[in-house]
Order: sequence, then structure tokens, then C-alpha cells
Amino acid sequence: MKTRLTGWGRTAGSVAELVRPTNETEVADLLGGPRAVIARGLGRSYGDAAQVGGGLVVDNRGFDAISPIGADGVVTVGAGVSIDELLAVSIPLGWFVPVTPGTRQVTIGGAVAADVHGKNHHVDGSFAVHVRSMRLVTPTGVHALSRTSEPALFWATFGAMGLTGVVSEVTLELLAIESDRVLVDTDRFDDLDAVMAAMVEGDERYRYSVAWVDCTSRGQRTGRSILTRGDHAAGDGARRAPRPARLAVPFTAPGGLLNPFTIAAFNELWFRRAPRHREGAPESISAFFHPLDGLGNWNRLYGPRGFVQYQFAVPDAGAATVAEAIHRLAQSRAPSFLAVLKRFGAANPAPLSFPQPGWTLALDLPVGSAALAPLLDELDELVVAAGGRVYLAKDARLAPETARAMYPRLAEFAALADTIDPERRLTSDLARRLHLREG
Amino acid sequence: MENAFGQPQSIIVLGGSSDIARAIVKKLCAARAQSVVLAGRNQTLLDEAAAEARDYGATTTHTVRFEATEPLDAARAVSACFEALGEPVDLVIVAVGLLGRQLEYEDDPTMAATMATVNYAWPVAALSELRRRLVAQGHGRILVLSSVAAIRVRRVSYLYSGAKAGLDRLCDGLADSLAGTGVTLQIVRPGFVRSKMTAGEPEIPFSTGVNEVADNVLRGLASESRVIWSPPILRVVFFVLRHLPAPIWRRVANR
Repeated sequence: MKTRLTGWGRTAGSVAELVRPTNETEVADLLGGPRAVIARGLGRSYGDAAQVGGGLVVDNRGFDAISPIGADGVVTVGAGVSIDELLAVSIPLGWFVPVTPGTRQVTIGGAVAADVHGKNHHVDGSFAVHVRSMRLVTPTGVHALSRTSEPALFWATFGAMGLTGVVSEVTLELLAIESDRVLVDTDRFDDLDAVMAAMVEGDERYRYSVAWVDCTSRGQRTGRSILTRGDHAAGDGARRAPRPARLAVPFTAPGGLLNPFTIAAFNELWFRRAPRHREGAPESISAFFHPLDGLGNWNRLYGPRGFVQYQFAVPDAGAATVAEAIHRLAQSRAPSFLAVLKRFGAANPAPLSFPQPGWTLALDLPVGSAALAPLLDELDELVVAAGGRVYLAKDARLAPETARAMYPRLAEFAALADTIDPERRLTSDLARRLHLREG
Repeated sequence: MENAFGQPQSIIVLGGSSDIARAIVKKLCAARAQSVVLAGRNQTLLDEAAAEARDYGATTTHTVRFEATEPLDAARAVSACFEALGEPVDLVIVAVGLLGRQLEYEDDPTMAATMATVNYAWPVAALSELRRRLVAQGHGRILVLSSVAAIRVRRVSYLYSGAKAGLDRLCDGLADSLAGTGVTLQIVRPGFVRSKMTAGEPEIPFSTGVNEVADNVLRGLASESRVIWSPPILRVVFFVLRHLPAPIWRRVANR
């Protein structure tokens, strides 16, 4: 069926044929045709990663099987299973998906493609680290991949945004939990230096850590933050699956609903609501890990022109880039909702994986202000100069030469992709925009 | 591929040596445009425009020649542009047009036919081929340079303005036909623009320069509004002018 597809940010859509195969043979047939192909899950990539204008978009939701969970916590799931669906099965049995991004509404295939990270990256690394093996359908055949079976293609698939093929099945190691509660410590900080110092000093004591930073207030209050850190509670036995969202945004809001004033007001409220210091407060998995899942289709709040998320990572040596980015954002009055700051731990061997040791900052920005495009181009320069990069799963506006500077192993990746897909049928609007297949 | 801010990376310009088109291309190249194909009649001017695009950041440029007096050649010209580009096309600017000095030839049927061909028939034929190709691509934008003159045709330029009026109205329907295809069409209606096309013409109120038009177009591309007025105030001005009784209009228009 011909369908107009966009990412979660609802910008730069394109029309493609959307198909939902249910087995690997059907996928192989689709990849054997003349058209461009890319896989898509639940469409939570913010930009143009899971769409390809004029081509075939392979909806992975037909791969929906979940195997019994082994005594060692190993489970094999279809790539189209969402983290939400897996948690519904696994939490009551005492198992947690070891890496979850800010939403449960991503598929396991999507989690592989973006090599997602969570609040525990500084301790547990990204999604790839917890994957034992997977099956990948490419234009030249089906591959069973693991750290020992075709390791180069195994690693290249993490963070590749679908450009190595269509993942059909993933075997991953779950994390044992005793309770569905997380015990959370909250601290409020009046400036960015203080929160960053606290994170450097204390993050190692927590499995989960993330800070929310206010990028709207200017002057002295720029960078005031709320740091929440926690770990799974022990032993009370209650293990309920997360509840589905009970509220949803029914239609696209009028443009300009989220403007500098409403966003600043929201940020003020959010900051004041947080306690200055609180220890060991029990929170549900939903409230702690996936607060935005409580409101369905929240992306519609950004109006018809949508929004972009700018997420970058810089090494510790480039920590000043975080402060500079927040400063420039506050100065430009480009309003950002929910700026999220987090420390990254070790990187993994995947050539296009986003996380690298140091800091990551994510900013949600409504499209509309003419100042935004040049501002983000400036931030790109700062990030490149600091040896950092922008997250491809969030990107909707990088330039190809900038992407190349941020991902120095892109040429190596492109050469590998050519070995399994010499005709370059695997492509996406993202790949076309950033010339990812050309390297 | 175009990005989230409506900034294209690959552009085709039909009428690539037009001053307005060149001003738009310069600004697009300064943002994200890298591949540019310029099509037109005068090779020297096309080469100049291509060099200018490269100065502003384009990495590859091509030129294609055509004669806008031959509408049956339009599909070939459009195809040649797509092939020269060799990648998905984000934006096609249709800037083909001939203003001329009507008072010198308005009683010449051959010239009247030429004006209709260049300003209407050729662009319409080209749009037909563009529509087919962009719809197959599943994305892309078309930007058609119309004129405020299309909204109320002036006595001194009815051959030009009348043809533009036809094109403008046609594009409204064409844009509707593109709903759901991933392709969009926007109509630009500049007022009097100081350029080589209007050199020697008396200036009228709300005149602009090509750079102002280009700024309005870039803002319009981001906003995705159907009609881009330049300057934007003309939207209001022409809402009034189009409803004026003819005797009053004649006095206003002939001032």
C-alpha cells in the first residue's frame, strides 16, 4: 500500500510502498526486486531513517514471536516485537530488557538498528552488548550473526539504521529483577557545572542516571538541572507489566502551541516540582524509564511542522561543548523541551554505534524558528571540533560532510555493506541525505 | 534528500539564468544544496549561474539547454535534467518566462502566440513530465514562479500576465492533485521585481529586489504554504485590487 511516512518528528515525509512480510522468504523476495528497501518498526526514529521515497518499506511487525525465556534469561524474539510487548511477558517472570530507551514503543529490530542506549549506559553499555545472536536478511542471503559468526557484519548492523538488511529475529540476554519498582534518588542543581560534577563523581554508584536540564531560562539560571538516579528495588515480589497509555493526543495541535513562552512555563513547573534532595523514592518502571509513554502521540503537540531532536555525544575532554550548546540555545531563544543530559560509558565495536565515553545531550526543538537551522549547523561544528557526533536515529538535518566527520568509520561500513548488497538496494531517505552507502 | 527544515540538497531549475532563480539558488546552496542542474536557453548565462552556485557551496553543477518556444521538447529537457542529476530530486524551480515590451508587439499574432507558449504551454508541458517523475520518486517539491500580475491582469502586460494567470490557476489544481503523493507544489507570486527582465520598466509600489524574493521563498519552503507572496503584504494588497471595479482598476494600474 502506498503510504506517506515520516519519523517521530513528523518532518520531511515521503511516499513508499509499505509491506508487512511474515517470514524470511518474503523479505528475501522483496530484497531481490529492483526497488530501494528499508525496514521500519514503530516509527520512533525522529528523522528519515525508516522511510525511502519511491521504494519499499518493510514493516517488521509481522515478526512477532516471543520464545519461552530460559532459566538464564535468554530469549529469542521476532524483530517486530516491541520492548513494551516483551516487558509485558518478561516482568512478571522477573526479567527486564537490559537496555530501554526513553520509550517502550520501539521494536527489537529498531533497537538493534539504532543500537539504543538507556539510563544505564555508563554501566551496562548499549543494546548491542546484550545481543547474543540475530538473523539478518540481505539481498545476497540470510545470515546468522553473532560475535563469532560473521562478527564484522554482526557489529556493523548495530547503529546502521537498517542499511545492512532486515533483521528478522534477535536472541538477547535479559536482566533479572526482583521487583517492578525502581528506588530513585533526586537532586536539584542550580547550574550545569554542579550537576555535571555530581554525575562524574557519583554515577558509578547507580545503575540508572539521567539529568534534565533547563535550556530556556537565561542568565544565572541557565543550566539548572534535576538529576534522577536509581536502581531496581530488591525483594518485594510485585512484578506487574507496565500499563498502556491511558491518554493520547487526539489530533495535531495548531502550530505554535509549544512556543518559547509555554515551554519556559513548563520548564519552570517541572523544575519547581522536583525536590531539592530526596532518597530512595520508589517509582514504577513506566514513570522512571518511560515517562512520555504515558501520553500517546505526544509528537502531535508540536503542530503540523513537527520537531527535531538534536542529540550529540562528546568525549569528557569536550565537556565544555555541553555548556556552550546550552548557552547558545538559551541565547537564541530556540525553545527546548526536556533537554536530557547523561554520561556514556564504554563504546562497543560497532562502526556506526552512537555512544562514546563522555557526555550526551538531547534537545527537542520545534521546527518553525528561522534561527534554528543555522544554530544547529553551528552546534554541529562544535561537536565535530570536540570529536563528537550526532545520533543518526534522531537526525533529520545533518549535512553529508558533517556526518562523515562525525562517523570516521563510515567508509569502512560502506565497503562492508557493499559486500552483502552490491546493488545498494538497502537505502533510506536518511542514507540518501547523508550518502551513508557511498561512505 | 531534503531535511527537516525544508532545505533541499538537489535542485533542478528550469529557466536557470533567471535573476530570481539565481538568487534563490544562491541561498539554497549556502544552506544545504549540493547538486544543481540549471536548464535554459543561453549557455553563457547558464555557465555563469552554475559558477555562482559553486561559489555558494554547490559541489556538482550541470547545465541543460532547451528552447521554451518548443513545448513538445519540454519532456526531453526535463528528462535530461533528471539524468544529469543522477540522484533523487528535492526541488524543481520552474522559472521560465518572457515579459518583453508588449506595447511594441501586441497587435502581432505571432508574438502573442510566442508569449502564450513560453509563459504557459512550455511550463505546463514540463510540469506534466515533472509530476510523473516526482510522484514515482515519492517525494519532492515544485516551485512555480507566477506573478501578482496573474491575480489582476494589467493592460500593459496582458499577454504575459494572462499566460501567468493560466499557469497560476492550473498550478492550484495541480497542487491539489499531488495530495498524498509526497510531492508538493508551491506558487510564488512576486510583485514588481527589479531584475534584467524588468529593466527599463517604470517601478510601481511594493517593488522588491531578487534577494528579498529569495528570502521570502526560503521562508515559504519551510512553511509549506501553497502560495508564497513577495513581499508578503501583496497578499492583502491584491485581495483589494482584484475586487476593484474595472474603471478604478484601470486608473490604478495605469498610473
